Amino acid sequence: VKGSSANGKIAQAGTKSVRAELVEALFFSATGKEGKALRQAQGERWFMGLLLAASSLLAVPAAAQTIAITGGTVALGDGSEPIEGGTVIVRNGRIVDAGRNVAVPAGAQRVDATGKWVTPGIVAGFSRVGLVEVDAVNSTNDVSAGNSPFSAAIDVAPAINPRAMAIQVNRAGGVTRAIVAPGTARSIFAGQGAVIDLGNDMEAVTRARAFQFVELGETGADEAGGSRAAAHVLFRNALREARDLGRFSTPISGGGGARAPRANDQRDLPLEEVPDSRLMSAGATRPDDVLLTRFDAAALVPVLQGRQLLLVHVERASDILQVLALKKEFPKLRLVLVGATEGWTIADRIAAARVPVIANALNDLPSTFEQLAATQSNVARLRAVGIPVALGMINDDEARQVRLARQQAGNLVAVGRVPGASGLSWGEALATITSAPAEALGMGGEIGSLRAGRRADVVIWSGDPFENSSTAEIVLIDGVQQPLDNHQTKLRDRYRTATEGDLPKAYER
Amino acid sequence: MRALTCAAVLSAALLSACTHNQKPQTASAQAPRTPPKTYSRDPFPSTYHRYPGVVTAITGATVFDGEGKRIDNGTVVLADGVVQAVGGPDTLIPAGATRIDGTGKWVTPGVIDIHSHLGDYPSPSVEAHQDGNEATGPVRAEVWAEHSVWPQDPGFSRALVNGGVTSLHILPGSANLFGGRGTTMKNVPARTMQGMKFPGAPYSLKMACGENPKRVYGSRNQTPASRMANVAVMRQTWARGQEYKRKWDNYERNGGEMPARDLAMDTLRGVLAGEITVQNHCYRADEMANIMDMAKEFGYKVAAFHHAVESYKIADLLKANGVCSAMWADWYGFKMEAYDGIQENIPLVHNAGACAIVHSDDANGIQRLYQEAAKALANGRRMGINISDEVAWTWLAINPARALGIGDRTGSLRPGKMADVVLWNGHPFSVYTRPERVWIDGALMYDSGDPKRRPVSDFELGQPGEGDVK
Repeated sequence: VKGSSANGKIAQAGTKSVRAELVEALFFSATGKEGKALRQAQGERWFMGLLLAASSLLAVPAAAQTIAITGGTVALGDGSEPIEGGTVIVRNGRIVDAGRNVAVPAGAQRVDATGKWVTPGIVAGFSRVGLVEVDAVNSTNDVSAGNSPFSAAIDVAPAINPRAMAIQVNRAGGVTRAIVAPGTARSIFAGQGAVIDLGNDMEAVTRARAFQFVELGETGADEAGGSRAAAHVLFRNALREARDLGRFSTPISGGGGARAPRANDQRDLPLEEVPDSRLMSAGATRPDDVLLTRFDAAALVPVLQGRQLLLVHVERASDILQVLALKKEFPKLRLVLVGATEGWTIADRIAAARVPVIANALNDLPSTFEQLAATQSNVARLRAVGIPVALGMINDDEARQVRLARQQAGNLVAVGRVPGASGLSWGEALATITSAPAEALGMGGEIGSLRAGRRADVVIWSGDPFENSSTAEIVLIDGVQQPLDNHQTKLRDRYRTATEGDLPKAYER
Repeated sequence: MRALTCAAVLSAALLSACTHNQKPQTASAQAPRTPPKTYSRDPFPSTYHRYPGVVTAITGATVFDGEGKRIDNGTVVLADGVVQAVGGPDTLIPAGATRIDGTGKWVTPGVIDIHSHLGDYPSPSVEAHQDGNEATGPVRAEVWAEHSVWPQDPGFSRALVNGGVTSLHILPGSANLFGGRGTTMKNVPARTMQGMKFPGAPYSLKMACGENPKRVYGSRNQTPASRMANVAVMRQTWARGQEYKRKWDNYERNGGEMPARDLAMDTLRGVLAGEITVQNHCYRADEMANIMDMAKEFGYKVAAFHHAVESYKIADLLKANGVCSAMWADWYGFKMEAYDGIQENIPLVHNAGACAIVHSDDANGIQRLYQEAAKALANGRRMGINISDEVAWTWLAINPARALGIGDRTGSLRPGKMADVVLWNGHPFSVYTRPERVWIDGALMYDSGDPKRRPVSDFELGQPGEGDVK
């Protein structure tokens, strides 16, 4: 067995994140214009190379031009069902229009997608992509920091490696964006996660400090010293310290600064780019009774103020209810539930709280005592009462295998065909891996669908993207066609036949 | 009984090696009239029995027979626990048979997982359930995974109803060079391990090369702390096994003083005698080559390399040595020795003429082995390796059956073989497909339309979601 979770680093006996054969398991944010311009320039250069190589089945023109993808089966990613013979118009890295009866602007470069499927790029709903090269090689694993004095203050953005093999491999699998969370080590607070793209350039971070991630279930209990009660005390104390700090000072802007207003969307939470709140003015005083470092307390100020999302990992029904109850004490918290394996048993209460969920798709085993009610019907049962649900890979191959999201989504359609089970419609299933994760992060106006104005993250698939037989043939990120070759494809080509030729394999490439 | 069992179940490749167990009828006059008292090869005998079934005929289905053959509009007849007939629409259906219309559906032999830890790393995955690795010494060939198997692991039921898994091989983990014995189970719930045990199936010896053993012991300043020590300790142990075998062979043939008993060496002796298969955890191509040389040196055969993420680099060698590879479709990068994992490993191995098997090593993966095979198949086709669906099904059926020494009993739909059969509600390589019914030895053990034909383990009784479809 491999380590199932990148968060385990070298897992020790009894580590919860390891599924089976535990021992083997042992197993800046340049958002905005500069980064994008650079990417487009790189993309154009790359595209010229592609034309010369003539290696692709299709070819997409350079980003600045208007592109019309025509003839394919188009799925918007917003929950609607796919449209045969649809059209997608892309210009300046954004979606202009998509759907049926969409006029192709004069002068647009056409890409014929007849027989293909066209969808928004997959958004990995909970991942650690870009933080890890090899899970069990600690020097390459930046998920958690067991010897760091910091917790909530940790910001994953500087650790993202846009050249990580997992970024290349998952890009080739049609994943264009990922929600990247740090992992906890010595505190219930893991730190601040980011939304990234998987593009072939050095500007990976779409939004830094998009959320704070906290563990309040079994893992949280463990990190807090041994009990759920201790975890909740620790949580409340941390927010108290943040409140005390926030009371005495206004945050000074650090890093990226304020962001230009974006096209709004009703599903788009009115969240702003969060300035680096850790850089509170030095005059902010604190009471003597503190547990958190100043940096950690400061990092929680925007959480407390509802300016930064709080992603909370809980699985057990009672733990979920305790999290929902936090809103009574801290009314401004913007919660997202992560996990929620037993959510279906209290679906009405989650729905009433209007909190979105990022769930594992296929948990169906009582792998822990907080997941006794696990079933593959969980997602559809949550959706059935109107809860927005995205798929994530929570402690489950989340650093390397987010490309499996489409297979998982397909399985959520399949399960609906089993008597007594609950499944999703095809369109809803696609939404769980595109628009739903984007909306859970308050970025539905930017990414996750082919609706007008969104970033042009588009995948052209050889067939139904859920099918095991389909593959991503063309991947656009911000309208730029991406290379799909990588270490793995090169190994494949070298070893097409295992036997050596006139020279050793090392000379074949 | 012992000799009978051996002869009855072991594949041809293993048969000759079974003969030492038979009474020495051809031995010389000095052989004692009654053979010397020796140890039982089967002290925990199977008590599995097949459950009652009815004569059943599935008609109009697409059939993959598990050995590479496809029958359109096929009929499969199950009776008395075995496959009675497989053929086209003109296949004779016994009077009174329960007929199932398989139009638009597929029938295959049940999926066989050659690498599972269900029962020895069961759900819930609490510390008290970590029973798969005796990581207290690199040579622990005396432990048997079956003695860790908790039959109440809910994972067995998921593998059945979601995965169509009818037989599975439960292995010890890979902390040790010699991890102990693995046991093949029928995926039928029972109160005891013995009640699940595949009657007459040979044991395996789980071995491991590479990172795991050297990490586990190296981190304790014990040997092996390196790959070279892995090989050294393995070779030294095989040398002991040979010596042990000589002593016991001599004793069993000629009598005299009974040699000292060593349970670990019993296992090695069984391997050297061809009674026990070797299932060898190994990732890297170069290490697999080392293992194959070592096997030649000591006179045994590796049935399959497990995980084998670099088999594609030495597919020719694997073919030449007749060693199977039990693989994932697309796992990579979770550890250093998995860094070169590629999505085309399975089809590349198959295409080279070597034996390919899809395995899970995972309580979730075992529920979707058919999808893993489908992904591998598609990735192969994309690079121009055209393998038919029905041939690809061998990766889940006859290939693992043969590598486990049960290929003459199950693993394909041939008359007389165990009626381990899955009726799928669609093409079994589609993501939208699930098992509709599963028979094991002709007994209907799962019916998606009948909530009473769905196993619920003791552990799940009274828990939230008891009996849910899962």
